[in-house]
Parts: sequence; C-alpha cells; structure tokens
Amino acid sequence: MEQFAAVKRSKDGQAVRYLIVDDSVFARKNLARMIETFGGQVAAEAGDGLTAISEFDRTHPDIVLMDITMPQMEGIEAAERIVQAHPEARIVMVSSVGYQENIVAALQRGARHFVQKPVKPEVLYEVIKYVLGEDGAVANAAGAGV
Amino acid sequence: MPQERESKSMKMELIQPFINAADAVLSQGLSGKTKVEGLTMEVHAYRRKGVAGMIALTGDIEGRIVLDMEPQTAVKVASHYAGAELPESDSLIKETIFELANQVVGNAISALNDQGFHFRVHPPLLLTAQEGDKTSEDTEALEICFETAMGNVYMNVALRYNKRRMADHAAMGA
Repeated sequence: MEQFAAVKRSKDGQAVRYLIVDDSVFARKNLARMIETFGGQVAAEAGDGLTAISEFDRTHPDIVLMDITMPQMEGIEAAERIVQAHPEARIVMVSSVGYQENIVAALQRGARHFVQKPVKPEVLYEVIKYVLGEDGAVANAAGAGV
Repeated sequence: MPQERESKSMKMELIQPFINAADAVLSQGLSGKTKVEGLTMEVHAYRRKGVAGMIALTGDIEGRIVLDMEPQTAVKVASHYAGAELPESDSLIKETIFELANQVVGNAISALNDQGFHFRVHPPLLLTAQEGDKTSEDTEALEICFETAMGNVYMNVALRYNKRRMADHAAMGA
C-alpha cells in the first residue's frame, strides 16, 4: 500500500487517533491499514452506532470514520448523538451508499465529510487533512511514516 | 412482443448500474482491469460456484444480488485485501465477499436513488445451499462473469419493479 507523508496533531506532534466504526471486520481492517500509512493510530474500533458512542466517550479520538448502515444504531444517528455531546467531534462518514439524501442527512446532523466506498487512500488522506485543518500538520518527507 | 422488449429494456436500466458498480469496485479493489467475460440470462435455479454472498433489496425495486467466487478465487481475493495469505477456512474470506457485495450494491443504489428510486438494503447473507430459488416469471435474473487477475467473479442480479410501490408513487404524483 502507498505510503503518505505522516499527518500529526499540530498541538503535540503526536499521531492522529482514530475511531473506526463499521460492522464489517474486513472494512475496519482495510481502514486501519490505510490509517497506518497516514502515520495515524487506531484508538478504538466499533461494529455499531451504540458501541461507537461509548468508545468515543472512552477514547476521545481526533477523527471518527463512521459507516452508515449498521445494526442496532445506524451511523448517521450515532454521529448526531456524538456531536450533540461533543460539538468538537470530527466525524467522516464512510459508506458505499453515497446518494445525495444520505450525504445531506449526514452533514446536517453533524458529520464533517463523506467518503464513498470503495475508499481510495489518496481521497481519504486529503479528506483527513481537510477535516483536521489547522489541528493537523503534515510531517516533512524525511519524517514521513516515523 | 414489443411490450416484452420494452419490459426487458427497462430492467436492463436497473441492472446496468450494478454492472458498472461491480466493474468499478473490482477493478479498484483488485488493482487491475476487469473484463465482462460473459452475460447470461438465468432460466434455472441459481447454482452456487463457491463462496457466495447475497444481498436482498426491498422498496421501489426488489430482488437480490449474489456475488459468488470459486473457493480458490475467494482466498486469493481476500488475501489480496488482507495483505497476507489467508487459509481457506478464514472468516475474513466470507467478510471480504460480504463487503464487496455491499460496496457493489451501495454504489449501484446510489445511482438509482438519484434517479428517484428508494430502497432498503438488507444485511448480506452467506449462501450455503448448492442451489437457490428458481427465478420467478417476472423477475429477470442476469448472471455476469467478471474476469479478474485473481479469477472469475460472478454476479447474479434478479430485480423487478415493485408494482404496488410504483403505483403509489404515481398516484401521489397525480
């Protein structure tokens, strides 16, 4: 898999911490591998919306990658609940169901961005940099992947 | 006869987004070109090739999509995604087929939804029986074989318009 210049937290230079939420183990592993190539760290994983809320409260990740269609509680509702409790939460919806209604609903309820599956690493990388804004810093080439 | 042609052509409009989506998902995921090797109408009951995941759709259009691979192809594909050689018994193989099926269906229904069709996508199921239900009279089943560098991937699409839902929409629009 392609290696990217590491994206770090600008406040302390530490790895960006992610919460990955998807009911598919395959999808979670795939996203985790991509995050590693961005120099990030998986803080926690969840297989449904309810677990995502408790894992967010427990780990306070910098970014949440959230699927939409999941058992127990779907991703859009989970995103809304997380943002209500933590307005600073940065949630990126990652779903194969990318029709306009879904995207608009997710953004209206607090998600910062939407990435359609199959996820292209270069697209996710750009979205993460955009969503982090000034709170993220791209390491120079020499420091990439360190 | 003209009426029959019209009906088949309408159904191809439903099926084409699934072919496009499968082509995109497989070529991106398997890092290589895919080629539609065969396209056949299914007249008999569905026969599983190996590891097969099925996703049912309900709503304005209903039916099911099966993504199916011979066991050795499924192992190669799952190992490619995992980045490591997986044994044939690994549960990630099933998960990989499910996720690929989800991505194909998700991408296809996104295109159809933007055309005004509404669906509910059901969770993927593993097909374990050798033979599935026989295609019903008004459900067109099309089997598409995608040739990939890792072996053939089969997609079987059986969809039909939900006439009651379509009539309800028409009545509301009238």
